[in-house]
Amino acid sequence: MTQRKRATPSSQRQHGVSALQEDEDDIPFTQPSTSQVQKALENVTPAQLDHKASEVVQYFLVKQQKKIPVRRADLVKHVVKEYRNIFPEIMKSASKTLDQVFGLKLVEIDNKNHLYILISKLENVDGPHTSVSSPKVGLLFVILSVIFMKGGVVRENVIWNTLKKLRVDPGEKHAEFGDVKRLVTDEFVRQRYLECVRIPHTEPVEHEFHWGQRAELEVSKVKLLEFLGQLHDQDPQLWSQQFKEAHSSVNPPSS
Amino acid sequence: MMQGNMSQQLGNSHRRFLQTLMTCGSVDEPGARSLHQHCCETHNTQYVPDQLDNFINAINSKLQPLFMQIRKGMSEESGQQHYALVNMAETEVTRMSSDYTENELELFRKTIDLIVASDNGLALSTDILNSADTLTTKKLKKTETEQLLKRLVQDKWLCEKQGEYTLSTRCIIEMEPYIRTMYPEQVKVCHICHNIVFQCQTCENPVCGVKIHFPCVAKYFRGRSVRRCPACDDAWEHEVPEMKRRSRSQSRR
Repeated sequence: MTQRKRATPSSQRQHGVSALQEDEDDIPFTQPSTSQVQKALENVTPAQLDHKASEVVQYFLVKQQKKIPVRRADLVKHVVKEYRNIFPEIMKSASKTLDQVFGLKLVEIDNKNHLYILISKLENVDGPHTSVSSPKVGLLFVILSVIFMKGGVVRENVIWNTLKKLRVDPGEKHAEFGDVKRLVTDEFVRQRYLECVRIPHTEPVEHEFHWGQRAELEVSKVKLLEFLGQLHDQDPQLWSQQFKEAHSSVNPPSS
Repeated sequence: MMQGNMSQQLGNSHRRFLQTLMTCGSVDEPGARSLHQHCCETHNTQYVPDQLDNFINAINSKLQPLFMQIRKGMSEESGQQHYALVNMAETEVTRMSSDYTENELELFRKTIDLIVASDNGLALSTDILNSADTLTTKKLKKTETEQLLKRLVQDKWLCEKQGEYTLSTRCIIEMEPYIRTMYPEQVKVCHICHNIVFQCQTCENPVCGVKIHFPCVAKYFRGRSVRRCPACDDAWEHEVPEMKRRSRSQSRR
């Protein structure tokens, strides 16, 4: 029955970081050299290259629905397959398409484990049907704000206490968010909005939160400060430390 | 009518429209119009109302090499047109494969089986639960099946009304190529609009049996005091639904 070309194996859907570590039956993939690529290109028609690039684009878009990072190993194993020797060419083409058609930038966020995410090159603007005003985004924004204002890292209890003050208790099931703890420590972390690091020598184990790579790329600290300024009716410049930090780092895209 | 759209370059207004559509799953016609306006205004592109189809055609010309298209489909409940991004190359439900496990997808396919096989485009929750026992991949428990159905509704693949499940408008638009491929014999088409049909009224004449969407019935019989089947001329026995008249006449296709 299965002549279907599967884009993802059933084992893909796992919780937690373990899903993104090397699979046992991965054939290790090393980037082909430029000469290897050139040679392999001689045996491939432009149409074949385009077709593969299209499949890569689709694979990324499907993952983008849930903001799950894409492992290079999975991309090679399930999509690129026997065209692995022209992998860089395929990626170049896919990247160009994602940019020109969708306004999405392909970014490698982990040079060691080779993980990719897509981020929008378009600025987040409130409008009909946009998710800027969705409750989850609001919650994430609160957490990112707390971390940023506190200098970039906070212990987990600070986050939980902040949320509790907003009547979002990680210990209870929330009407809108459900399992809040899972949302923050699992979903937001997997999507790379947050990074959750164990604090060594703590018993019971405690964690601290940082901004994740996706947040660094997608969220404008300048805008965040402006928003907080409005919220607290304060000139953002008065938070001098954070203001400096926001204006010094590489700014995420604005349209 | 296609004013050289094939070569039209995409701007950020097109890209924003596309990104938003991908995030929402599907958007109804009024929503699409306001989104079109919002996208043009955000990127300082000239906004011409009633140019939505051209705008979408420009996007579609770039999506075609990727085997994707923005397609229109009618809601079987409201008669309203919806837009969704469709993968034309699919012969399976790859769109969902990163959100659902293998056996969950199998149950979803079995639910589609039930809906396609039904006369009225509905699957009873009891029948779906029974299907959960026959899965060839890992079996699903009753509570797991109920959770799964809830998620499918939340993710806008299914709609639920009083324990009965139907395919959402978005699902019909996105899965139509898949459904036509998998169920070539059982798939039915509306006698009025000729699109794929699930929830419908059926002509009671056993020799005729044509199916018509509820909104299509409403539109066809509006203003007619004598109701006869458009195919066989027998009396149309069913109660004709009343659809809300839309404020703009927009039967442009």
